[in-house]
Amino acid sequence: MASMVLFGVVLFAQENNAGNKLPSVTIKTLDGNSFNTRDISNDGKPIMISFWALWCKPCKLEMDAYNENYAEWVDKTGVKIYAVSIDDARSTAKVLPFVSGKGWTMEMLLDPNGDFKRAMSVNMIPHTFILNGNGEVVYQHTSYYEGLEDEIFEIIQKVAAGENPNE
Amino acid sequence: MKKTLLTITAILAIGISLNAQEFLEKSEVHGSFETDGMFYQADNDLGITDSLLNGKNFGFNAFADIIYTLGDFSAGFRYEAYAPPIAGFDSRLEGQGFPYLWATYATEKYSFTVGNFYEQFGNGLVLRTYQEWTLGYDNSINGVRIIAKPVKGVILKGVYGTQRFFWNKWDKNGRGIVKGMDAELNFNDVFASMTDSWLSLTLGGSAVSKYQVDNDPSLKLPQNVGAFAGRFNVGVGKFNFTSEYAQKINDPSAINNYIYKNGQGFILTGSYSTAGLGLFAMFKRYDNMSYKSDQSVSGNALDINYLPALTEDHIYMLASMYPYATQANGEIGFQFQVNYKIPKDTWIGGKYGTGLSINFSQINDIDKQKANDTAGIDQRGTLGYKSEFFKFGKVIFNRDLTIGINRKFNKNLKGIFTFINQEYNQDVVLGHTGEPNVLANIAVVDMTYKFTSKKALRGELQGLWTKEDKQDWAALLLEYTVSPHWFFSVADQYNYGNDIEANRLHYYTGSFGYTYQTTRIAVTYGRQREGVVCVGGVCRQVPASNGFSITLSSNF
Repeated sequence: MASMVLFGVVLFAQENNAGNKLPSVTIKTLDGNSFNTRDISNDGKPIMISFWALWCKPCKLEMDAYNENYAEWVDKTGVKIYAVSIDDARSTAKVLPFVSGKGWTMEMLLDPNGDFKRAMSVNMIPHTFILNGNGEVVYQHTSYYEGLEDEIFEIIQKVAAGENPNE
Repeated sequence: MKKTLLTITAILAIGISLNAQEFLEKSEVHGSFETDGMFYQADNDLGITDSLLNGKNFGFNAFADIIYTLGDFSAGFRYEAYAPPIAGFDSRLEGQGFPYLWATYATEKYSFTVGNFYEQFGNGLVLRTYQEWTLGYDNSINGVRIIAKPVKGVILKGVYGTQRFFWNKWDKNGRGIVKGMDAELNFNDVFASMTDSWLSLTLGGSAVSKYQVDNDPSLKLPQNVGAFAGRFNVGVGKFNFTSEYAQKINDPSAINNYIYKNGQGFILTGSYSTAGLGLFAMFKRYDNMSYKSDQSVSGNALDINYLPALTEDHIYMLASMYPYATQANGEIGFQFQVNYKIPKDTWIGGKYGTGLSINFSQINDIDKQKANDTAGIDQRGTLGYKSEFFKFGKVIFNRDLTIGINRKFNKNLKGIFTFINQEYNQDVVLGHTGEPNVLANIAVVDMTYKFTSKKALRGELQGLWTKEDKQDWAALLLEYTVSPHWFFSVADQYNYGNDIEANRLHYYTGSFGYTYQTTRIAVTYGRQREGVVCVGGVCRQVPASNGFSITLSSNF
């Protein structure tokens, strides 16, 4: 019985897969201020949201790769990257000095109890979302392998041009 | 099951009350699921015999988490099955059902949740409920939560309910009821004059109480146990300071051997951050701070609060051999960290710049003196002990120096070099009574070579040297990835220096995986040593075993 309901919901969900908007969850900025995730915006240009943590090495490699290309990507597509750390109280205070030491320039957010992660149904990290100018999720990817940034940039370019990245 | 039907009916009822068109346009459903299967085989070298397996040669954990949203209303559930749980997970998880069911109505100013929820006050010193699938941990509260944001910069929270305890139903003579309130005030948002101030200031305070019926035959236990905490976060230019102090009323329990001492928790952090440089320092002290909604429970369950560990989180296979866990009954320690990016186009920095990080932490026992002449330290039914706040006890629990260098040599080749010096108290942290502290040196060379823009080979060479425990180890890992879909990897951890020749074991594994967007399948064969393992771009906690494992996960 339970599995039938589940299966039904999953089927229904896949039909409606694209175009989900961001949930409203209160998380933190690096200096401890509250931030509502509905305020994630970029004047109609593409947005990328990437979940990471200090304990996740592939996530840090991914962030390094994005940061290396960020200036060029912004230049060509106007994309804005939000990096959401899911580090818990063990290391939330270490995120700011770590990010400074790395010289990362993306928008940084803290999600210490995984509220935003849960609301976005993120299971494993790294997990990256790409949103179109209307704030709708149009692409997602889990895990990072060397060179993923090239694929991600192709998707961002399509989104910036108003195309469907899944076609 | 009844509750599930109720939730689904509620969702449908709300849906029907709107017209069909609007319903379809505004409805959103998303979720994730994962299934982890393990097939064990006997491995006499690891002490896993056929009679020990006893026909139970597989483990299966699975969940599906679904969230439904309609405007300001959202609801969801998580179905879990452990049939039976994978080795290393609590056997009390065996079974299946819906442990997480919730519905929330949230506007800009108010949020109202009924059912299960996860919440954290401040750093969690007095309240934190969360779920960690890889650990099989879930202490969600089932009850009611109200969050109010009457004006910008003010957040008020109230929670009431009982916590999840595997599949056990709540009973009034069993685990207790948790009540809590939290208030947070951000001065920069509340006071217009501070909007663009050089000073950023947030203050917060919490009060939590648990009520549990006293069923103890010999001791008179407090039925209401309160805990209180205050915190701040101050930013001044490039400096940032955070602190939280918590106090807990006497709470005799199985964890603290039923002593009547009050508990304390204190965290102070300071950091300095500028482009290319980050400095971090921290002091922490926990004293008798375990806080559970059932005082008779001693395992990893029913925690009301969360006491973050203070050490560096290690990722590499051998570096995570001796992971530290918080000692709730008492620990005192400090930590320093430097992150520096040596600028590019300098002699040391090279063409691309070089990353340098140094972390040092030490944690000791707190100082404990007899509370009075008649009772021994930690004696059941007494005040337990006296402790001076800033005094370090003589016993070292953990000491860790980690130096990391991150360098890109050219467009195709980069490396991470790590050196770690550790002292680790197996007696206290792992309960290996009488075993001496482990003194270990660990070195890791991690190199990645990019053949093309999508194909890369990564290799790790690791060594761990110690005279204690199982003596010396070496490890090798090779991982070939084809972005964005494929990974293949082989690894071996070899206990070559074990004093007992028969125990010089190889822990070999081979794995591959395929990822399409958010759907991922990974297959591993071989021996797993307990610890955090990162393969194919994802990290997870894995228990010891030998055999096949298959993980399938997806998100939509």
